[in-house]
Amino acid sequence: MNFKLNPKLSQKIAFSLLLMATIFVIIPVLIIIFNIIKNGYSAISWEFLFSMPKDGMRAGGIFPAIIGTLSIVLCAICITLPIGVLAAIYLNEYAKDNLLTRIIKLAIVNLAGVPSVVYGLFGLGIFVMLLNCGVSILAGALTLSIMELPVIITTSRAALNSVPYPFREASWSLGVSRWQTIRYVVLPNALPGIMTGAILSIARISGETAPILFTAAAFYVPHLPKSMFDQVMALPYHLYIISTQIPNMPKNIIFGTALVLLMLVLSMSLVAIVARIYFRKTRKW
Amino acid sequence: MLRKATDSIMEKVVFICGVMTIVFVVLIFGFLFKEGFSFFKDYGVFSFLTGKLWYPTSNPAMYGVFSLIIGSLLVTLGAIVIAVPLGIMAALYIAEIAPAWIRDVLKSGVELMAAIPSVVIGFVGMVTLVPMVRTVFDIPTGLTAFSGSIMLAFMAMPTIVSISEDAIRSVPWSYKEGAYALGATKWQTIRRIVLKNAMPGIIAAVMLGIGRVIGETMAVMMITGNAAHIPSSIFEPVRTLTATIAAEMGETVKGGLHYRALFAIGLVLFAITFIINFIADLFLNKNRK
Repeated sequence: MNFKLNPKLSQKIAFSLLLMATIFVIIPVLIIIFNIIKNGYSAISWEFLFSMPKDGMRAGGIFPAIIGTLSIVLCAICITLPIGVLAAIYLNEYAKDNLLTRIIKLAIVNLAGVPSVVYGLFGLGIFVMLLNCGVSILAGALTLSIMELPVIITTSRAALNSVPYPFREASWSLGVSRWQTIRYVVLPNALPGIMTGAILSIARISGETAPILFTAAAFYVPHLPKSMFDQVMALPYHLYIISTQIPNMPKNIIFGTALVLLMLVLSMSLVAIVARIYFRKTRKW
Repeated sequence: MLRKATDSIMEKVVFICGVMTIVFVVLIFGFLFKEGFSFFKDYGVFSFLTGKLWYPTSNPAMYGVFSLIIGSLLVTLGAIVIAVPLGIMAALYIAEIAPAWIRDVLKSGVELMAAIPSVVIGFVGMVTLVPMVRTVFDIPTGLTAFSGSIMLAFMAMPTIVSISEDAIRSVPWSYKEGAYALGATKWQTIRRIVLKNAMPGIIAAVMLGIGRVIGETMAVMMITGNAAHIPSSIFEPVRTLTATIAAEMGETVKGGLHYRALFAIGLVLFAITFIINFIADLFLNKNRK
Protein backbone atom coordinates (compact mmCIF):
# COMPACT_ATOMS: atom_id res chain seq x y z
CA MET A 1 0.00 0.00 0.00
CA ASN A 2 1.41 3.30 -0.97
CA PHE A 3 0.14 5.72 1.63
CA LYS A 4 0.96 9.34 1.00
CA LEU A 5 -0.07 12.36 3.04
CA ASN A 6 -1.79 15.19 1.33
CA PRO A 7 0.82 18.01 1.06
CA LYS A 8 -1.53 20.56 2.68
CA LEU A 9 -2.08 18.29 5.67
CA SER A 10 1.58 17.42 6.06
CA GLN A 11 2.39 21.14 5.99
CA LYS A 12 -0.09 21.72 8.79
CA ILE A 13 1.42 18.94 10.88
CA ALA A 14 4.97 20.11 10.22
CA PHE A 15 4.23 23.73 11.10
CA SER A 16 2.57 22.79 14.35
CA LEU A 17 5.56 20.63 15.25
CA LEU A 18 7.90 23.54 14.56
CA LEU A 19 5.76 25.83 16.69
CA MET A 20 5.79 23.29 19.50
CA ALA A 21 9.58 23.02 19.32
CA THR A 22 9.87 26.79 19.55
CA ILE A 23 7.62 26.91 22.59
CA PHE A 24 9.68 24.11 24.11
CA VAL A 25 12.82 26.20 23.60
CA ILE A 26 11.37 29.36 25.11
CA ILE A 27 9.45 27.88 28.07
CA PRO A 28 12.53 26.97 30.18
CA VAL A 29 13.71 30.61 30.06
CA LEU A 30 10.41 31.74 31.48
CA ILE A 31 10.47 28.98 34.11
CA ILE A 32 13.97 29.95 35.25
CA ILE A 33 13.20 33.65 35.44
CA PHE A 34 9.83 33.09 37.13
CA ASN A 35 11.26 30.61 39.63
CA ILE A 36 14.00 33.01 40.70
CA ILE A 37 11.70 36.02 40.97
CA LYS A 38 9.09 34.08 42.95
CA ASN A 39 11.56 32.69 45.48
CA GLY A 40 13.96 35.59 45.60
CA TYR A 41 11.99 38.79 45.78
CA SER A 42 11.20 38.40 49.50
CA ALA A 43 14.93 38.64 50.26
CA ILE A 44 15.42 41.95 48.44
CA SER A 45 15.66 44.96 50.73
CA TRP A 46 17.89 48.01 51.21
CA GLU A 47 19.73 46.10 53.87
CA PHE A 48 20.27 43.12 51.56
CA LEU A 49 21.62 45.27 48.74
CA PHE A 50 23.73 47.70 50.76
CA SER A 51 25.19 45.89 53.74
CA MET A 52 27.97 43.44 54.47
CA PRO A 53 27.32 39.71 54.89
CA LYS A 54 26.96 38.46 58.47
CA ASP A 55 27.07 35.09 60.28
CA GLY A 56 29.25 33.35 57.69
CA MET A 57 27.08 34.86 54.89
CA ARG A 58 23.90 33.30 56.29
CA ALA A 59 22.53 36.77 57.02
CA GLY A 60 23.15 40.39 56.10
CA GLY A 61 23.65 41.67 52.57
CA ILE A 62 25.65 41.23 49.40
CA PHE A 63 26.98 44.77 48.99
CA PRO A 64 30.68 43.83 48.65
CA ALA A 65 29.84 41.27 45.96
CA ILE A 66 27.89 43.87 43.97
CA ILE A 67 30.72 46.41 44.26
CA GLY A 68 33.27 43.74 43.39
CA THR A 69 31.46 42.69 40.23
CA LEU A 70 30.90 46.28 39.13
CA SER A 71 34.56 47.20 39.60
CA ILE A 72 35.87 44.16 37.73
CA VAL A 73 33.41 44.63 34.89
CA LEU A 74 33.94 48.40 34.47
CA CYS A 75 37.68 47.92 34.54
CA ALA A 76 37.44 45.14 31.94
CA ILE A 77 35.26 47.10 29.53
CA CYS A 78 37.61 50.14 29.76
CA ILE A 79 40.44 47.90 28.59
CA THR A 80 38.65 45.88 25.96
CA LEU A 81 36.46 48.52 24.31
CA PRO A 82 39.22 50.76 22.84
CA ILE A 83 41.33 47.81 21.68
CA GLY A 84 38.32 46.03 20.23
CA VAL A 85 36.97 49.06 18.39
CA LEU A 86 40.39 49.94 16.94
CA ALA A 87 40.89 46.34 15.84
CA ALA A 88 37.45 46.44 14.21
CA ILE A 89 38.41 49.67 12.44
CA TYR A 90 41.55 47.99 11.15
CA LEU A 91 39.60 44.99 9.85
CA ASN A 92 36.78 46.98 8.30
CA GLU A 93 38.56 50.10 7.01
CA TYR A 94 42.20 49.24 6.39
CA ALA A 95 42.79 45.51 6.05
CA LYS A 96 43.28 44.07 2.60
CA ASP A 97 42.11 40.58 1.80
CA ASN A 98 45.42 38.85 2.41
CA LEU A 99 46.86 36.04 4.50
CA LEU A 100 47.38 38.23 7.59
CA THR A 101 43.75 39.34 7.58
CA ARG A 102 42.62 35.76 7.27
CA ILE A 103 44.81 34.76 10.21
CA ILE A 104 43.42 37.65 12.30
CA LYS A 105 39.89 36.50 11.52
CA LEU A 106 40.75 32.94 12.45
CA ALA A 107 42.33 34.22 15.69
CA ILE A 108 39.11 36.07 16.54
CA VAL A 109 37.01 32.97 15.87
CA ASN A 110 39.27 30.97 18.14
CA LEU A 111 39.38 33.53 20.92
CA ALA A 112 35.59 33.39 20.87
CA GLY A 113 35.68 29.62 21.20
CA VAL A 114 38.19 29.20 24.02
CA PRO A 115 36.32 27.88 27.09
CA SER A 116 35.92 30.41 29.89
CA VAL A 117 37.74 28.23 32.41
CA VAL A 118 40.75 28.12 30.08
CA TYR A 119 40.78 31.93 30.13
CA GLY A 120 40.87 31.55 33.90
CA LEU A 121 43.96 29.33 33.64
CA PHE A 122 45.60 31.77 31.26
CA GLY A 123 44.84 34.74 33.51
CA LEU A 124 46.25 32.86 36.47
CA GLY A 125 49.42 32.01 34.59
CA ILE A 126 50.14 35.37 33.02
CA PHE A 127 48.50 38.11 35.10
CA VAL A 128 48.43 36.62 38.59
CA MET A 129 51.74 34.76 38.50
CA LEU A 130 54.02 36.11 35.75
CA LEU A 131 53.09 39.80 35.89
CA ASN A 132 52.64 39.60 39.63
CA CYS A 133 49.24 41.33 39.84
CA GLY A 134 48.19 38.76 42.43
CA VAL A 135 44.58 37.65 42.73
CA SER A 136 43.08 41.09 42.15
CA ILE A 137 40.51 43.25 40.38
CA LEU A 138 43.16 44.07 37.79
CA ALA A 139 44.05 40.45 37.01
CA GLY A 140 40.37 39.51 36.72
CA ALA A 141 39.58 42.51 34.54
CA LEU A 142 42.50 41.81 32.19
CA THR A 143 41.39 38.17 31.87
CA LEU A 144 37.79 39.14 31.14
CA SER A 145 38.88 41.86 28.70
CA ILE A 146 40.72 39.35 26.52
CA MET A 147 37.78 36.99 26.71
CA GLU A 148 35.37 39.70 25.60
CA LEU A 149 37.60 41.08 22.84
CA PRO A 150 36.23 38.88 20.02
CA VAL A 151 32.66 39.87 20.86
CA ILE A 152 33.49 43.58 20.88
CA ILE A 153 35.39 43.27 17.60
CA THR A 154 32.60 41.35 15.89
CA THR A 155 29.78 43.68 16.96
CA SER A 156 31.83 46.84 16.27
CA ARG A 157 32.80 45.55 12.88
CA ALA A 158 29.19 44.88 11.98
CA ALA A 159 28.35 48.45 13.09
CA LEU A 160 31.16 49.98 11.00
CA ASN A 161 30.19 47.83 8.05
CA SER A 162 26.61 49.08 8.15
CA VAL A 163 27.77 52.66 7.45
CA PRO A 164 27.26 53.02 3.67
CA TYR A 165 30.40 53.21 1.59
CA PRO A 166 29.38 56.45 -0.24
CA PHE A 167 29.62 58.29 3.13
CA ARG A 168 33.37 57.63 3.02
CA GLU A 169 33.70 58.50 -0.66
CA ALA A 170 31.91 61.80 -0.14
CA SER A 171 34.26 62.66 2.69
CA TRP A 172 37.40 61.68 0.76
CA SER A 173 36.34 63.68 -2.27
CA LEU A 174 36.25 66.78 -0.04
CA GLY A 175 39.92 66.19 0.67
CA VAL A 176 39.36 64.78 4.14
CA SER A 177 42.04 62.33 5.16
CA ARG A 178 41.44 58.68 5.78
CA TRP A 179 41.63 58.77 9.60
CA GLN A 180 39.60 61.99 9.80
CA THR A 181 36.92 60.35 7.70
CA ILE A 182 36.81 57.44 10.09
CA ARG A 183 36.88 59.73 13.11
CA TYR A 184 34.26 62.26 12.00
CA VAL A 185 32.07 60.36 9.53
CA VAL A 186 32.22 56.61 10.05
CA LEU A 187 32.55 56.34 13.83
CA PRO A 188 29.68 58.69 14.76
CA ASN A 189 27.35 56.76 12.47
CA ALA A 190 28.51 53.43 13.84
CA LEU A 191 28.37 54.55 17.47
CA PRO A 192 24.90 53.22 18.35
CA GLY A 193 25.85 49.76 17.09
CA ILE A 194 29.15 49.81 18.94
CA MET A 195 27.50 50.92 22.18
CA THR A 196 24.80 48.24 22.09
CA GLY A 197 27.54 45.66 21.53
CA ALA A 198 29.43 47.07 24.51
CA ILE A 199 26.39 46.92 26.78
CA LEU A 200 25.71 43.31 25.78
CA SER A 201 29.33 42.52 26.57
CA ILE A 202 29.09 44.16 29.99
CA ALA A 203 26.00 42.09 30.71
CA ARG A 204 27.72 38.92 29.65
CA ILE A 205 30.92 39.39 31.65
CA SER A 206 28.96 40.41 34.76
CA GLY A 207 27.70 36.85 34.95
CA GLU A 208 30.97 35.06 34.20
CA THR A 209 32.39 32.98 37.02
CA ALA A 210 35.03 30.63 35.66
CA PRO A 211 37.49 33.31 34.41
CA ILE A 212 37.56 35.15 37.76
CA LEU A 213 37.61 31.98 39.86
CA PHE A 214 41.42 32.00 40.19
CA THR A 215 42.15 35.57 39.12
CA ALA A 216 39.97 37.95 41.15
CA ALA A 217 37.29 36.38 43.27
CA ALA A 218 37.56 35.79 47.00
CA PHE A 219 35.38 33.66 49.24
CA TYR A 220 34.85 36.46 51.74
CA VAL A 221 36.42 39.90 52.14
CA PRO A 222 35.28 41.87 55.19
CA HIS A 223 35.84 45.30 53.59
CA LEU A 224 35.29 47.02 50.27
CA PRO A 225 38.14 47.06 47.72
CA LYS A 226 40.55 49.98 48.13
CA SER A 227 42.67 49.56 45.00
CA MET A 228 42.98 47.62 41.76
CA PHE A 229 45.24 45.13 43.50
CA ASP A 230 42.66 43.96 46.03
CA GLN A 231 40.83 40.65 45.93
CA VAL A 232 37.09 41.12 45.79
CA MET A 233 33.90 39.21 46.26
CA ALA A 234 31.91 38.89 43.04
CA LEU A 235 28.19 38.22 42.56
CA PRO A 236 28.39 35.10 40.37
CA TYR A 237 31.13 33.55 42.49
CA HIS A 238 29.23 34.45 45.64
CA LEU A 239 26.16 32.69 44.25
CA TYR A 240 28.24 29.62 43.51
CA ILE A 241 29.73 29.62 47.02
CA ILE A 242 26.49 30.07 48.93
CA SER A 243 24.59 27.54 46.83
CA THR A 244 27.17 24.76 47.00
CA GLN A 245 29.75 25.29 49.73
CA ILE A 246 27.91 26.60 52.77
CA PRO A 247 25.66 24.19 54.70
CA ASN A 248 22.31 25.38 56.09
CA MET A 249 22.26 28.43 53.89
CA PRO A 250 18.82 30.11 54.04
CA LYS A 251 17.16 29.48 50.65
CA ASN A 252 15.79 32.99 50.26
CA ILE A 253 19.24 34.57 50.46
CA ILE A 254 20.51 32.29 47.69
CA PHE A 255 17.49 33.07 45.54
CA GLY A 256 17.83 36.77 46.38
CA THR A 257 21.45 36.76 45.23
CA ALA A 258 20.50 34.91 42.05
CA LEU A 259 17.72 37.44 41.46
CA VAL A 260 20.07 40.43 41.81
CA LEU A 261 22.56 38.86 39.41
CA LEU A 262 19.88 37.86 36.93
CA MET A 263 18.25 41.31 36.97
CA LEU A 264 21.60 43.04 36.54
CA VAL A 265 22.41 40.93 33.49
CA LEU A 266 18.95 40.81 31.93
CA SER A 267 18.18 44.50 32.36
CA MET A 268 21.41 45.51 30.62
CA SER A 269 20.80 43.02 27.81
CA LEU A 270 17.25 44.22 27.41
CA VAL A 271 18.38 47.86 27.20
CA ALA A 272 20.88 46.90 24.50
CA ILE A 273 18.35 44.86 22.52
CA VAL A 274 15.65 47.56 22.64
CA ALA A 275 18.20 50.24 21.74
CA ARG A 276 19.32 48.23 18.75
CA ILE A 277 15.79 47.74 17.47
CA TYR A 278 15.15 51.47 17.99
CA PHE A 279 18.28 52.56 16.12
CA ARG A 280 17.58 50.16 13.29
CA LYS A 281 14.11 51.63 12.83
CA THR A 282 15.20 55.29 13.01
CA ARG A 283 18.23 54.94 10.75
CA LYS A 284 17.94 57.30 7.82
CA TRP A 285 19.64 55.21 5.17
CA MET B 1 51.58 68.08 8.04
CA LEU B 2 50.00 67.23 11.37
CA ARG B 3 47.07 65.64 9.61
CA LYS B 4 49.36 63.36 7.66
CA ALA B 5 51.23 62.41 10.80
CA THR B 6 48.01 61.58 12.68
CA ASP B 7 46.89 59.55 9.71
CA SER B 8 49.97 57.41 9.58
CA ILE B 9 50.15 57.03 13.37
CA MET B 10 46.51 55.95 13.59
CA GLU B 11 47.00 53.52 10.74
CA LYS B 12 49.75 51.86 12.78
CA VAL B 13 47.72 51.93 16.00
CA VAL B 14 44.72 50.18 14.48
CA PHE B 15 47.05 47.71 12.80
CA ILE B 16 48.64 46.85 16.13
CA CYS B 17 45.22 46.38 17.75
CA GLY B 18 44.24 44.05 14.91
CA VAL B 19 47.38 41.98 15.25
CA MET B 20 46.93 41.83 19.02
CA THR B 21 44.21 39.19 18.53
CA ILE B 22 46.82 36.85 17.03
CA VAL B 23 49.20 37.66 19.87
CA PHE B 24 46.56 36.71 22.44
CA VAL B 25 45.79 33.37 20.81
CA VAL B 26 49.50 32.58 20.63
CA LEU B 27 49.99 33.67 24.25
CA ILE B 28 47.13 31.51 25.49
CA PHE B 29 48.41 28.51 23.60
CA GLY B 30 51.98 29.24 24.68
CA PHE B 31 51.08 29.38 28.35
CA LEU B 32 49.02 26.22 28.32
CA PHE B 33 51.72 24.49 26.30
CA LYS B 34 54.56 25.60 28.57
CA GLU B 35 52.95 24.26 31.75
CA GLY B 36 51.32 21.29 30.02
CA PHE B 37 54.54 20.24 28.31
CA SER B 38 56.51 20.29 31.53
CA PHE B 39 53.78 18.11 33.05
CA PHE B 40 54.00 15.67 30.12
CA LYS B 41 57.76 15.43 30.64
CA ASP B 42 57.27 14.41 34.27
CA TYR B 43 54.21 12.21 33.89
CA GLY B 44 54.08 11.07 30.26
CA VAL B 45 51.53 12.02 27.59
CA PHE B 46 50.41 8.45 27.12
CA SER B 47 49.65 7.71 30.77
CA PHE B 48 47.91 11.11 30.99
CA LEU B 49 45.60 10.56 28.03
CA THR B 50 44.82 6.86 28.53
CA GLY B 51 44.97 6.58 32.33
CA LYS B 52 41.55 5.87 33.77
CA LEU B 53 42.29 7.05 37.32
CA TRP B 54 42.29 10.68 38.38
CA TYR B 55 43.52 10.71 42.01
CA PRO B 56 45.60 13.87 42.33
CA THR B 57 45.86 13.63 46.11
CA SER B 58 46.70 9.94 46.54
CA ASN B 59 50.27 8.71 46.85
CA PRO B 60 51.54 8.28 44.21
CA ALA B 61 49.19 10.77 42.52
CA MET B 62 47.34 9.52 39.43
CA TYR B 63 46.56 11.92 36.60
CA GLY B 64 44.67 9.77 34.11
CA VAL B 65 42.36 12.03 32.16
CA PHE B 66 40.49 9.38 30.17
CA SER B 67 37.45 9.19 32.46
CA LEU B 68 37.19 12.99 32.42
CA ILE B 69 37.22 13.03 28.63
CA ILE B 70 34.48 10.36 28.62
CA GLY B 71 32.54 12.48 31.13
CA SER B 72 32.77 15.58 28.93
CA LEU B 73 31.86 13.65 25.79
CA LEU B 74 28.89 11.92 27.42
CA VAL B 75 27.39 15.14 28.76
CA THR B 76 28.03 16.90 25.45
CA LEU B 77 26.52 14.10 23.39
CA GLY B 78 23.38 14.10 25.54
CA ALA B 79 23.05 17.86 25.27
CA ILE B 80 23.48 17.84 21.50
CA VAL B 81 20.93 15.05 20.98
CA ILE B 82 18.37 17.21 22.79
CA ALA B 83 19.39 20.64 21.53
CA VAL B 84 20.02 20.06 17.82
CA PRO B 85 16.58 18.90 16.65
CA LEU B 86 14.74 21.38 18.87
CA GLY B 87 17.12 24.20 17.95
CA ILE B 88 16.85 23.68 14.20
CA MET B 89 13.08 23.37 14.35
CA ALA B 90 12.82 26.57 16.36
CA ALA B 91 15.17 28.32 13.91
CA LEU B 92 12.96 27.20 11.00
CA TYR B 93 9.88 28.49 12.76
CA ILE B 94 11.46 31.85 13.58
CA ALA B 95 12.98 32.34 10.13
CA GLU B 96 10.26 31.03 7.85
CA ILE B 97 6.90 30.86 9.56
CA ALA B 98 6.59 33.39 12.38
CA PRO B 99 5.08 36.79 11.52
CA ALA B 100 7.55 39.69 11.71
CA TRP B 101 6.70 40.94 15.20
CA ILE B 102 6.71 37.47 16.73
CA ARG B 103 10.06 36.91 15.08
CA ASP B 104 11.47 40.05 16.76
CA VAL B 105 10.13 38.93 20.13
CA LEU B 106 11.47 35.39 19.75
CA LYS B 107 14.88 36.56 18.59
CA SER B 108 15.16 38.92 21.56
CA GLY B 109 14.05 36.07 23.81
CA VAL B 110 16.78 33.83 22.45
CA GLU B 111 19.33 36.57 22.99
CA LEU B 112 18.19 37.08 26.59
CA MET B 113 18.47 33.34 27.07
CA ALA B 114 22.12 33.54 26.01
CA ALA B 115 22.71 36.22 28.64
CA ILE B 116 21.57 34.17 31.65
CA PRO B 117 24.75 33.46 33.65
CA SER B 118 25.78 29.83 33.86
CA VAL B 119 25.89 29.86 37.69
CA VAL B 120 22.26 30.93 37.70
CA ILE B 121 21.37 28.10 35.35
CA GLY B 122 23.40 25.72 37.49
CA PHE B 123 21.65 26.88 40.63
CA VAL B 124 18.16 26.58 39.17
CA GLY B 125 19.08 23.14 37.85
CA MET B 126 20.26 22.14 41.31
CA VAL B 127 17.06 23.10 43.06
CA THR B 128 14.52 22.06 40.42
CA LEU B 129 15.85 19.55 37.88
CA VAL B 130 18.16 17.49 40.10
CA PRO B 131 15.52 16.45 42.68
CA MET B 132 13.07 15.81 39.84
CA VAL B 133 15.49 13.50 38.02
CA ARG B 134 16.14 11.66 41.27
CA THR B 135 12.49 10.89 41.96
CA VAL B 136 11.35 10.30 38.38
CA PHE B 137 14.08 7.76 37.60
CA ASP B 138 14.30 6.51 41.19
CA ILE B 139 18.09 6.72 41.43
CA PRO B 140 20.28 7.46 44.49
CA THR B 141 21.27 10.93 43.29
CA GLY B 142 19.94 13.38 40.73
CA LEU B 143 23.43 14.78 40.13
CA THR B 144 23.96 12.86 36.89
CA ALA B 145 25.25 13.22 33.37
CA PHE B 146 21.61 13.25 32.27
CA SER B 147 20.74 16.32 34.35
CA GLY B 148 23.88 18.02 33.07
CA SER B 149 22.90 17.25 29.47
CA ILE B 150 19.47 18.82 29.89
CA MET B 151 20.85 22.04 31.35
CA LEU B 152 23.61 22.19 28.75
CA ALA B 153 21.14 21.59 25.93
CA PHE B 154 19.39 24.68 27.16
CA MET B 155 22.65 26.62 27.16
CA ALA B 156 23.61 25.50 23.65
CA MET B 157 20.18 26.50 22.32
CA PRO B 158 20.81 30.24 21.74
CA THR B 159 23.94 29.51 19.70
CA ILE B 160 22.26 26.83 17.61
CA VAL B 161 19.03 28.78 17.06
CA SER B 162 20.53 32.14 16.18
CA ILE B 163 23.24 30.87 13.82
CA SER B 164 20.90 28.40 12.08
CA GLU B 165 18.33 31.14 11.74
CA ASP B 166 20.89 33.39 10.03
CA ALA B 167 21.79 30.57 7.66
CA ILE B 168 18.13 29.84 6.86
CA ARG B 169 17.36 33.48 6.18
CA SER B 170 20.36 33.88 3.92
CA VAL B 171 18.93 31.36 1.42
CA PRO B 172 18.15 33.51 -1.65
CA TRP B 173 14.49 34.37 -2.15
CA SER B 174 14.68 33.38 -5.81
CA TYR B 175 15.30 29.72 -4.86
CA LYS B 176 12.04 29.69 -2.97
CA GLU B 177 10.19 31.48 -5.75
CA GLY B 178 11.39 28.79 -8.12
CA ALA B 179 9.95 26.09 -5.90
CA TYR B 180 6.63 27.91 -5.43
CA ALA B 181 6.35 28.39 -9.18
CA LEU B 182 6.56 24.62 -9.60
CA GLY B 183 3.58 24.28 -7.25
CA ALA B 184 5.44 23.22 -4.13
CA THR B 185 3.81 24.03 -0.80
CA LYS B 186 5.62 26.18 1.69
CA TRP B 187 6.62 23.15 3.77
CA GLN B 188 7.90 21.24 0.74
CA THR B 189 9.98 24.27 -0.17
CA ILE B 190 11.39 24.54 3.33
CA ARG B 191 12.19 20.86 3.54
CA ARG B 192 13.68 20.33 0.10
CA ILE B 193 15.12 23.74 -0.86
CA VAL B 194 15.69 25.92 2.18
CA LEU B 195 17.08 23.27 4.53
CA LYS B 196 19.39 21.89 1.87
CA ASN B 197 20.86 25.27 1.03
CA ALA B 198 21.18 26.36 4.63
CA MET B 199 22.88 23.08 5.62
CA PRO B 200 26.50 24.36 5.80
CA GLY B 201 25.39 27.16 8.13
CA ILE B 202 23.32 24.77 10.23
CA ILE B 203 26.28 22.40 10.56
CA ALA B 204 28.40 25.36 11.67
CA ALA B 205 25.72 26.25 14.22
CA VAL B 206 25.81 22.71 15.60
CA MET B 207 29.62 22.75 15.79
CA LEU B 208 29.62 26.06 17.66
CA GLY B 209 26.93 24.67 19.98
CA ILE B 210 29.17 21.66 20.70
CA GLY B 211 32.08 24.01 21.39
CA ARG B 212 29.95 25.99 23.83
CA VAL B 213 28.82 22.85 25.66
CA ILE B 214 32.28 21.28 25.97
CA GLY B 215 33.67 24.51 27.40
CA GLU B 216 30.85 25.15 29.83
CA THR B 217 32.07 25.00 33.41
CA MET B 218 29.96 26.30 36.28
CA ALA B 219 26.58 24.72 35.52
CA VAL B 220 28.24 21.39 34.79
CA MET B 221 30.22 21.48 38.02
CA MET B 222 27.06 22.16 40.02
CA ILE B 223 24.88 19.52 38.38
CA THR B 224 26.83 16.47 37.19
CA GLY B 225 28.03 15.22 40.57
CA ASN B 226 31.78 15.34 39.83
CA ALA B 227 32.64 11.69 40.28
CA ALA B 228 35.80 10.89 38.31
CA HIS B 229 35.00 7.43 37.00
CA ILE B 230 33.83 5.92 33.74
CA PRO B 231 30.03 5.83 33.98
CA SER B 232 28.10 2.78 32.87
CA SER B 233 24.99 4.79 32.06
CA ILE B 234 23.87 8.37 31.57
CA PHE B 235 22.13 8.22 34.96
CA GLU B 236 25.37 8.21 36.90
CA PRO B 237 27.45 11.13 38.15
CA VAL B 238 30.33 12.11 35.88
CA ARG B 239 33.10 14.64 36.00
CA THR B 240 34.07 16.80 33.05
CA LEU B 241 37.39 18.32 32.01
CA THR B 242 36.24 21.88 32.73
CA ALA B 243 34.79 21.07 36.16
CA THR B 244 38.03 19.38 37.18
CA ILE B 245 40.05 22.53 36.47
CA ALA B 246 37.57 24.80 38.22
CA ALA B 247 37.14 22.58 41.27
CA GLU B 248 40.78 21.72 41.90
CA MET B 249 42.85 24.73 40.90
CA GLY B 250 42.28 26.46 44.22
CA GLU B 251 43.86 23.62 46.19
CA THR B 252 47.02 23.15 44.14
CA VAL B 253 50.54 24.27 44.94
CA LYS B 254 51.48 26.82 42.27
CA GLY B 255 53.97 25.23 39.89
CA GLY B 256 53.49 21.74 41.35
CA LEU B 257 52.62 18.62 39.36
CA HIS B 258 48.89 18.90 40.07
CA TYR B 259 48.88 22.57 39.01
CA ARG B 260 50.60 21.70 35.74
CA ALA B 261 48.29 18.71 35.23
CA LEU B 262 45.34 21.11 35.25
CA PHE B 263 47.09 23.24 32.61
CA ALA B 264 47.53 20.06 30.58
CA ILE B 265 43.75 19.56 30.78
CA GLY B 266 43.39 23.17 29.63
CA LEU B 267 45.60 22.33 26.67
CA VAL B 268 43.36 19.38 25.77
CA LEU B 269 40.29 21.65 25.97
CA PHE B 270 41.99 24.34 23.90
CA ALA B 271 42.89 21.77 21.23
CA ILE B 272 39.33 20.38 21.12
CA THR B 273 37.67 23.79 20.83
CA PHE B 274 40.27 25.00 18.32
CA ILE B 275 39.44 22.12 15.98
CA ILE B 276 35.68 22.54 16.46
CA ASN B 277 35.78 26.27 15.77
CA PHE B 278 38.05 25.83 12.79
CA ILE B 279 35.61 23.38 11.19
CA ALA B 280 32.63 25.61 12.05
CA ASP B 281 34.39 28.56 10.42
CA LEU B 282 34.99 26.55 7.24
CA PHE B 283 31.27 25.75 7.03
CA LEU B 284 30.28 29.35 7.77
CA ASN B 285 32.47 30.63 4.95
CA LYS B 286 31.02 28.03 2.63
CA ASN B 287 27.58 29.26 3.55
CA ARG B 288 28.49 32.87 2.77
CA LYS B 289 29.54 31.91 -0.76
